[in-house]
Amino acid sequence: MAEINSNIPEGELTEKWTKFRSSVALVNPANKRSIEVIVVGSGLAGASAAATLAEMGYKVKCFCFQDSPRRAHSIAAQGGINAAKNYQNDGDSTYRLFYDTIKGGDYRAREANVYRLAEVSANIIDQCVAQGVPLAREYGGLLDNRSFGGTQVQRTFYAAGQTGQQLLLGAYSALERQIGMGKVDMYTRHEMLEVVKIDGKARGIIARNLITGELERHFGHAVLIASGGYGNVFYLSTNAMGSNVTAAWKAHRQGAFFANPCFTQIHPTCIPVSGDHQSKLTLMSESLRNDGRIWVPKKKDDNRKATDIPEDERDYYLERRYPAFGNLVPRDVASRAAKERCDAGYGVGASKLAVYLDFAANTERYGRIEATKQGIHNADKATFMRLGREVVKEKYGNLFDMYAQITGEDPYETPMRIYPAVHYTMGGLWVDYNLMTTVPGLYALGEANFSDHGANRLGASALMQGLADGYFVIPYTIGAYLSKDISTKAIPTDHPAFIEAEKNVKETLERFVNIKGSKSVDHFHKALGKIMWDKCGMARNEQGLKEAIVEIRALRDEFWRDVRVPGSLDEYNPELEKAGRVADFLELGELMCIDALNRQESCGGHFREEYQTEEGEALRDDENYAYAAAWEYLEGVHFNLHKEDLKFENIKVAQRSYK
Amino acid sequence: MNLTLKVWRQKNSKSAGKLVDYQVSDISPDMSFLEMFDVLNEQLINKGEEPIVFDHDCREGICGMCSMFINGRPHGPKQGITTCQLHMRSFKDGDTIVVEPWRAAAFPVIKDLATDRSSFDRIIASGGFISVNTGNAQDANALPIPKRQADAAFEAAACIACGACVATCKNASAMLFVSAKISQLALLPQGQPERYRRVQSMVAQMDAEGFGNCTNTRACEAECPKGISLENIARMNRDYYAAKFASEEEV
Amino acid sequence: MSSFGKAFSSSIGKKLVVGITGLFLILFLIVHCFINSLIFLNDGGETFNLGAEFMAGNWPIRAGEIVLFLGLIIHIVQTARLTYENRKARPVKYAAYNGSANSKWYSRSMGLLGTLLLIFLIVHLANFWVVSRFTGIPTHDVNNRENLFAVMVETFQNPWIVLLYVLSMVSLCYHLLHGFASAFQTMGWNHKKYAKLIISVGIWYSIIISVLFAAMPIAIYTGLIN
Repeated sequence: MAEINSNIPEGELTEKWTKFRSSVALVNPANKRSIEVIVVGSGLAGASAAATLAEMGYKVKCFCFQDSPRRAHSIAAQGGINAAKNYQNDGDSTYRLFYDTIKGGDYRAREANVYRLAEVSANIIDQCVAQGVPLAREYGGLLDNRSFGGTQVQRTFYAAGQTGQQLLLGAYSALERQIGMGKVDMYTRHEMLEVVKIDGKARGIIARNLITGELERHFGHAVLIASGGYGNVFYLSTNAMGSNVTAAWKAHRQGAFFANPCFTQIHPTCIPVSGDHQSKLTLMSESLRNDGRIWVPKKKDDNRKATDIPEDERDYYLERRYPAFGNLVPRDVASRAAKERCDAGYGVGASKLAVYLDFAANTERYGRIEATKQGIHNADKATFMRLGREVVKEKYGNLFDMYAQITGEDPYETPMRIYPAVHYTMGGLWVDYNLMTTVPGLYALGEANFSDHGANRLGASALMQGLADGYFVIPYTIGAYLSKDISTKAIPTDHPAFIEAEKNVKETLERFVNIKGSKSVDHFHKALGKIMWDKCGMARNEQGLKEAIVEIRALRDEFWRDVRVPGSLDEYNPELEKAGRVADFLELGELMCIDALNRQESCGGHFREEYQTEEGEALRDDENYAYAAAWEYLEGVHFNLHKEDLKFENIKVAQRSYK
Repeated sequence: MNLTLKVWRQKNSKSAGKLVDYQVSDISPDMSFLEMFDVLNEQLINKGEEPIVFDHDCREGICGMCSMFINGRPHGPKQGITTCQLHMRSFKDGDTIVVEPWRAAAFPVIKDLATDRSSFDRIIASGGFISVNTGNAQDANALPIPKRQADAAFEAAACIACGACVATCKNASAMLFVSAKISQLALLPQGQPERYRRVQSMVAQMDAEGFGNCTNTRACEAECPKGISLENIARMNRDYYAAKFASEEEV
Repeated sequence: MSSFGKAFSSSIGKKLVVGITGLFLILFLIVHCFINSLIFLNDGGETFNLGAEFMAGNWPIRAGEIVLFLGLIIHIVQTARLTYENRKARPVKYAAYNGSANSKWYSRSMGLLGTLLLIFLIVHLANFWVVSRFTGIPTHDVNNRENLFAVMVETFQNPWIVLLYVLSMVSLCYHLLHGFASAFQTMGWNHKKYAKLIISVGIWYSIIISVLFAAMPIAIYTGLIN
């Protein structure tokens, strides 16, 4: 049994990273040239890591399953990126960002990692601006900020509703620059299907060329997994269709522990499901909560049109329950509150699984300001609304259009209907301070690791973490490992370990196409998603989780007997790709339920119905569960728990309150 | 509703393809166009046939992966959206819909409706960046940028590289895509040091990829799901002339 | 390859040549149209013949004529080459292509319109330019100037030729409707503040030039001018 050691440097919290950086072993430039690094994934974490490592002189190979590194799902992030710049002079600081992140994560994240994240956050903005990322600006030419959930300062930098896109294109351009210079070999439409270990260390991967079906062996002195999160285990999520756990899961099966898998983030403002055909859910940016008010009717089963329900018959439940933060409470709190109202029978829309996000009040407020600016006196409400609508359009036009496109309703006229949906996964491969997993030489970055967000991630922090890991953390921390590996020559890929790994991959792929069962891969994926959403979703309980574990095992068994994968191995075969991903989700789903069952407390995104305060808030058990649960994979889909105790020395652990 | 689909089927890049007819029924108007294809593929799998391969990923109009040429137009009949954002309420019961892949020498078909757009990546790799290594940056607010300029750069940067511009252009020209990146960086002060190198190397790469030449029909601008403006092409042209006829830097 | 060689063999360089020669031809049309419009003075061609003599007997203009022909040839050769390349850029055609949804038909048909104009040009040059430069203008007017006007009147007695000229001017109009603004765009002269102006000047220019040119054979054929 491997011991887990988080390798946190000694010393004061505020000094750890600085000291680490100035004392970590370096690899000299001549040696870097002969060291090869494999990066799996080309999102914010992967692209920034690949580009930066190549800039430093390492030989880098980068893999993505999309047709271009620019299409990684980081591109879909809307709202923004946090950074402790304090440009707004509202009292922000590194410590405050650290504090907000730990508190927002319900005290289940590692202090040292989070503090480092807060420290490098400012560098990220500098780097991105230098790359030409067009972040929003004020008329004075300086950067603009907006506020986001779970904080009381304005520290979120943004580029309209396309911040993720712009940041990713920045990292992508840095990556393409290195590709153009021949320092990165880019493998698009390739999927990593196995980690190759030699003498206990990660030494390469087996990847499938998705177009030809060919299996390829690639050697690397180190392997970086930056393959994103596993939200698609729920089938319906805001993730891209191709987002998957496969790379991380293969790493897990090769000995990397998987930490806190049950910590999933349910985003409160998504467009509700409209029918069985639905293939994915669309997020409406958290920034909308800045200007929108969330409500449900005070009367149960109120079937009146939203605009016909008078003000005093509306329940602005977030403002009622959390007067201090109101509509800007963290995501887990907002999601649960919406579920609570809908479960109690106050939901709206045909499915009754939705609440209103209403812009009327702020539209009118903006209209009044505009009217004053334009010198219009004694205007009527219609004029205010007309003027305000222009302002709202300017700020959120693309989101409103997106909503109209999907629902066929006009959000300028009627309030949006929203409902929580799976959005992000805080859990992931367990990593130490250096972002290394429990397998030497195997690293995990970005959403694929577990380290920074605890049990709940604050809005606009995912982009921050992905880029922090890739640009500013891994380039230093990887030196600690590679500096000891400079004498290792590139291992030829006809080494028995590569041959064995490729053989195993091939056998699994052959198994898929040879089952020739009766049900499509999607059938199983949907069935798994339903189990997960019903029993391991926004609220969990012991009975449900136990049932879910049994059901998932049965479903997995059926999958391996009855799935139908058309086509062959030696061609472009998306059904085969999906089969591999769903097979891994079917194992992960079970682990998520096991983890949720094990954690007999409620914290952040993990809400166990048995453990709540009288007011229905999450009730933590710091006595027994202030640890990261790191699961080890054992033969035959069994899991063994290891605990990393979390120590909070620089922050007072308290009941999270947003009242 | 019930629909007849004529879909381009092509085994791989080497074989010839053809349009094949399919019937789909009970399509809900709330489905997206790609969800309608999911339904069709499920049908095909259940019948033991090979499902239709098409590119798609985020299904919210930002990754740029989806790419269907629907009834003679990229991303279908509506403006300002991608294929994944097209909903079936834009069609009528009984319609016949022709679905083809993007067609251009520089975008060879991989299989069915999926094409290889790596030429776009190679164009970016040839110069679509600012050469700044990680860690080199000064404070982000040390360089004020007029809001109008920053906004214009953002508008150009909104391109998702889906390739609809190339697909719809009668000449299969990539000028809108290339000029959007050139414009974004030309509008920003950070982009100035490499401005005239960039335009030369990116245009050279664009030409080497076998895209056609722009004849200013404006089709690209009309079909671009992100509303990238033709002004970008004019700006690229200006920069190119300045680079070739005034600047002494040769790329 | 030299810097300029590279520039002019690039896609943008080739377009630049088309744009410059196009703008040059646009300027030429103004001069041509102005002088020809002198027939509308209806003075038996006196002023028109004066203009023609001035144009013919003036060496800078004769030199310009060579440049004009060069420009025309380059314009034709270059666009033919671009058309060929553009076809190669899409080897497999679409089964369904709805061009009218996003662009004007004449913008997509510049090659066709240009070919029609080329055919017209051959006839037109044979009718007038060959006569005035080589075979000689047979008569003189009252001021003893070469009577090009008379050649014009005679040519436009043939209804088929009148029809050809009028239809060709329709082609010219559409060719210019796209070409005028397009040339500006290619030159990089696209500016929010002036875009509307360029477009409307382009439209008026195309219509005025074509209508004036088309009015000449009609007016002569119908006897309004003699």
